[in-house]
Amino acid sequence: MRQPRILMCPPDHYGIEYEINPWMSRSRGASQERAHSQWNALCQTLRQLGVVIELLPPQPGVPDLVFTANAGLIYQQRFFTSRFRHEVRAREEPYFDAWFGAHGFTVAHLPEGMYFEGAGDALFCGSALFAGYRIRSDVQGHQWLGQQLTIQVLPLELVNPHYYHLDTCFCPLAPGEAIYHPQAFDAYGCKVLEANIPTLIPVNEAEAARFGCNAVVVGKQVVVNTGCPQLMKDLERRGYQPIAVELDEFLKAGGSAKCLTIRLDGEEAALWR
Amino acid sequence: MSQSVLPPAGPNGLTEDVEIQGHIVDSLLLPKVLDEILTHGGNYVIKDIRIGKRQADPSYARIEVRAPNQAILDEVLDSIHDHGAVPVTVQDCQVVDADMEGAFPEGFYSTTNFRTQVRLGGEWIEVEDQEMDCGILIDPEGGAARCIPMTDVKRGDRIVVGRQGLRVFPSDTSARQNLFEFMASPVSSEKPKGVTVREIAQAMRRTREAGDKLLAVLGPAVVHTGSVEHICALIRHGYLSVLFAGNALATHDIEQSLYGTSLGISLDRGLPAEEGHEHHLRAINTIRRAGGIRAAVDRGLLRSGIMYECIRHNVPFVLAGSIRDDGPLPEVITDTLVAQRRMRELIHGVGFALMIATALHAIATGNLLPAWVKVACVDINPATVTKLTDRGSVQTVGVVTDAEPFLRALVHELTQPKSV
Repeated sequence: MRQPRILMCPPDHYGIEYEINPWMSRSRGASQERAHSQWNALCQTLRQLGVVIELLPPQPGVPDLVFTANAGLIYQQRFFTSRFRHEVRAREEPYFDAWFGAHGFTVAHLPEGMYFEGAGDALFCGSALFAGYRIRSDVQGHQWLGQQLTIQVLPLELVNPHYYHLDTCFCPLAPGEAIYHPQAFDAYGCKVLEANIPTLIPVNEAEAARFGCNAVVVGKQVVVNTGCPQLMKDLERRGYQPIAVELDEFLKAGGSAKCLTIRLDGEEAALWR
Repeated sequence: MSQSVLPPAGPNGLTEDVEIQGHIVDSLLLPKVLDEILTHGGNYVIKDIRIGKRQADPSYARIEVRAPNQAILDEVLDSIHDHGAVPVTVQDCQVVDADMEGAFPEGFYSTTNFRTQVRLGGEWIEVEDQEMDCGILIDPEGGAARCIPMTDVKRGDRIVVGRQGLRVFPSDTSARQNLFEFMASPVSSEKPKGVTVREIAQAMRRTREAGDKLLAVLGPAVVHTGSVEHICALIRHGYLSVLFAGNALATHDIEQSLYGTSLGISLDRGLPAEEGHEHHLRAINTIRRAGGIRAAVDRGLLRSGIMYECIRHNVPFVLAGSIRDDGPLPEVITDTLVAQRRMRELIHGVGFALMIATALHAIATGNLLPAWVKVACVDINPATVTKLTDRGSVQTVGVVTDAEPFLRALVHELTQPKSV
């Protein structure tokens, strides 16, 4: 079996330098030291699960580069670089272009005027790509990707600004199985999820706010922020082994385990891998 | 997800075509967009829909969004934009300078009588003076557009060519359904006349209350059948604000006033009067000698009848001439183009047209009227009504009957106290 590969970026320049989601507060800031130790713990945990960690060189002036999930969308050897809604994050795009270009991916860009924030807002579950829109990515970008890849794309409107990316409120575990926070979606979105994913594990409000949905799935192991006891029980009941790693320094920027990683060989739940 | 049943977009309603594509069915984006349109006070028609066959195939829908005003339209478009429903990219209309007098440039856009808009500088602009079989003239600043007949074209006039950047609103988008909708077919001699007359009377009342003008287009049979007094009553009660007719109507009306005959037939006895065949020519001669109808009224020579009431009540009229006219009366306009131009001027503000016993003038007027002006066409011959409709005046409701009983009933409806 192939070894799972994940791209991460050390938090050397991580910090709260701007506020582009309700979690961010410049006055509160983030501790470099704690961020490093938490990031290292996540890295270590994933390595122990047999993951090969690739490293994106950190860059000054782009504090959120650490959230590699937002680099873009990976589909086999094709990489669609994100087109960020906020200018402060758009500065990250050249670094992602360069890295993926240098590592065997065919790099493509969405047309001008379409916002798309990568694996943060686009997650495969089975053969369909579930795509969050309205807050960061827009629906036209998702539909464009669907045409490029000739895959089914199911856009889901995100209605709660705290769950501004799809990966903050939805995490596919395997084809046909996912965890999600229902209150992050409108009635249409919930219906689409229910119609297309037979097993949906809801995450309650308190644990969703701990970024329980922002989990990294490696085989049957699910790495998730601490403070999600109910979710861990639910996962165990479904035959998964949840592993808690404290990532609170990153929660201050509105990110957690999933945001800090991007699976290079395809997510566990993606049928194409 | 069915097509909506239409429309709050009245004569002044606005529309914008939007497209949405991708996985819009499985993702429920299409129903969501349709719900959003309704929630924000708009309405829609799905003009085109193509559903992908396999799961990965995208689907496509073209939706006409309708709204009663610009503010609501903007709100609706804003709300559906984020779900991927974006206005169809449309270009401005193409405009070419007229290269000669009295003719359009090649490839000119030929108008209908339906409400039309042109896109100029990215904005949809209402075409004014809507009339069928014209061209569209764009003003030099590019901020306004109006219908222009071929003969009025001046060299250098900016004329719309092609079909790009144009949109036409077929008559079903206008609010006229509430008028004669009880009638399944627009013309039949089998309809209950009482109901029809009541509906027409109501439409005339509403038109007057709305401050719009009521136009009558009358043929000489109105006089022959003894309906002059009914028309006079309409004028006196303010139910007739413009009159279009020919030389014959005016001549026989004046003949009746002066001699009590119409085409020589005594209207009291229904029998030919002695030397009666000369009466109409003598009537015309009298008016010509007096210097015209108005002069004859002013001098007390003409003291009754339709033309007399028009002068007395300041009802403007156009008497358009034709090749078989006797005389004609001095007010008759013998240059057809001049007559058309004068009719166009008077058509502004007309909200209802009553056409009785004339094919020629009814069709001529129908050609000039925009499709949203309601028309009631009364004729003993069903073919007259059919002709009018076939020539594009589809807003016409026909009543097949003799003019006199119709007018008697109409005047009765309009002048009796309104029942509560």
